[in-house]
Amino acid sequence: MGLLSKKDSKLILDPLADDNPITIQVLGICSALAITAQLKPSIVMAVSVIFVLGAGNVVISLMRNIIPSKIRIIVQLVVVATLVIIVDQVLKAYAYSLSKELSVFIGLIITNCIIMGRFEAFALANGPWRSFLDGVGNALGYGVILIIVGFFRELLGSGTLLGFKVLGDSVEKTGLYAFGYENNGFMVLPPMALIVIGVIIWVQRSRNKDLIED
Amino acid sequence: MGLKQNLHNLKEKYKGTKMAPAFNALHTFLYTPNDTAHGGTHIKSADDLKRTMNTVIMALIPCLIFGMFNAGYQHYLAAGEIQAVTGGFFSGEFWTLQNFILGFWKILPLVIISYGVGLGIEFLFAVIKGHEVEEGYLVTGMLVPLIVPIDIPWWMLIVAVAFGVVIGKEVFGGTGMNILNPALTIRAFLFFAYPTWMSGDKVWVQGAVERTKEIANGSTADAISGETILGSLAQSHHVDYSVMDMFYGFIPGSVGETSTLLILLGGLFLIFTKIGSWRIMLSAVLGALVMGYIFNVVVDAGWITETSKFYGLMSTEFWHHLIIGGMAFGIVYMATDPVTGSQTNKGKWIYGFLIGFISIMIRVFNPAYPEGVMLAILLMNVFAPTIDHYVVQVNVKKRLKRGKLKTA
Repeated sequence: MGLLSKKDSKLILDPLADDNPITIQVLGICSALAITAQLKPSIVMAVSVIFVLGAGNVVISLMRNIIPSKIRIIVQLVVVATLVIIVDQVLKAYAYSLSKELSVFIGLIITNCIIMGRFEAFALANGPWRSFLDGVGNALGYGVILIIVGFFRELLGSGTLLGFKVLGDSVEKTGLYAFGYENNGFMVLPPMALIVIGVIIWVQRSRNKDLIED
Repeated sequence: MGLKQNLHNLKEKYKGTKMAPAFNALHTFLYTPNDTAHGGTHIKSADDLKRTMNTVIMALIPCLIFGMFNAGYQHYLAAGEIQAVTGGFFSGEFWTLQNFILGFWKILPLVIISYGVGLGIEFLFAVIKGHEVEEGYLVTGMLVPLIVPIDIPWWMLIVAVAFGVVIGKEVFGGTGMNILNPALTIRAFLFFAYPTWMSGDKVWVQGAVERTKEIANGSTADAISGETILGSLAQSHHVDYSVMDMFYGFIPGSVGETSTLLILLGGLFLIFTKIGSWRIMLSAVLGALVMGYIFNVVVDAGWITETSKFYGLMSTEFWHHLIIGGMAFGIVYMATDPVTGSQTNKGKWIYGFLIGFISIMIRVFNPAYPEGVMLAILLMNVFAPTIDHYVVQVNVKKRLKRGKLKTA
């Protein structure tokens, strides 16, 4: 690893698997359930959170020595809110239909527990570069799960991926639908996202026994 | 002797290996093992889990056989090939070979799929996790074909059974650890995943879906339709079936749930053998009657008029709710599941009553899902441990108080 030291690369890689914010820390579940019915919003959400958490961690880290600890939560909120508004405005300007689809959930990034969690747990105690890596790493870990869940829910629930009809046309009865296959309506409903995440957690823990707590 | 000895030898051969649970299960399911104690042990009753399960299956067999006849009867009746039965339950017009053969060939695959997939997964998990195969699936496997529409595509049933057994049961640790009734989990999965195959007026009579397709491409002109009574009532349509038809079960519906008469006999059998809880059954019936009666009163008072979309189901005479839809079947065979129901006697009364009460409420207020008993039982499954907890706490408090009075 030429680019990053071993310690730094751990900051990025750990949250992707063994310290994943969703499957291990069980944070940020709400948005993972709400917007993963399709793959595209999942990806946009993942990218937005990567930006907000990466940039936010850097800002908080730079300010960490001048924030009075009594009002640090408010300062953190202001920082997230600013970044989220930037994301929101960009989406509205360049991808209006998508921003409509994600509606309130972009705004709700502010309340995503992962973000405040990383500010509190990491950025307040570490330098900007390491904080940046930690923020991006955790957001990537969050995004990976979102994309996996979005992939399965869109594929099985709507028979499409990013809007492309990969399984055939369900109305014209082509492709798989010609054999009597039908979309699984349950996949589109939020409870199924919970079950998909549960299955991911199950698979992850049966592969790595260290993660099983008593 | 041959098969038993062979199984026994296989069991000895694989003892201690990963595959052992699979052979053990087959051996003990079919025969009494050689290594049982013959002298005095301290077990008073021979009712083990397998015996319990087999008793429930025996109580289900009449429903299954009736379902086979009814499948054929509904099909030929809707196709206009036979006349509606006018005699009583034993009328020869109903119990014909023609009816039975059609139903048999349609329902047998459902039973085979249900057992094949479900037991396959149970065996797989037993082998992976290294424990004995549990008997819990024996009843679930028989319940599943009875609570699905006859024309359900086989692959959907396979997917649903796999989902229900893995997510509904195995992830919690297998038989005895599940929160939700596995058979109802399977049905709920089908219901939400493939609603077009689980509701409406086309799925309850064999051949109706295909006939619709044939009409679409012009090869025939006669539609078959078989709206269930609940479906008609939810749309405030007139119901043509007589009360006796509903009671005997000569009505469209899921495979095995139509005959209230046979379900009643099955229920009495379960109560008599002490397998099913009479408290749950009785209180669920009471709950349904109370809720139905409240709705009747509301209608009689004139608060709900015929223009309301709830009128059809609300004005149904309160005791009719017990003989239409899957109400009776759910109460007798699903609500009494000892694993997912309440354990305490008082808890059983509360649990059962709320199942009946909520079933009718969902039926009336949710026209998209006219059958409420499935959702009501699943809901109460979730609350059963809470009910038990408070029943126990109340008792603990009462006894503590009594103890204090004595010492004071």
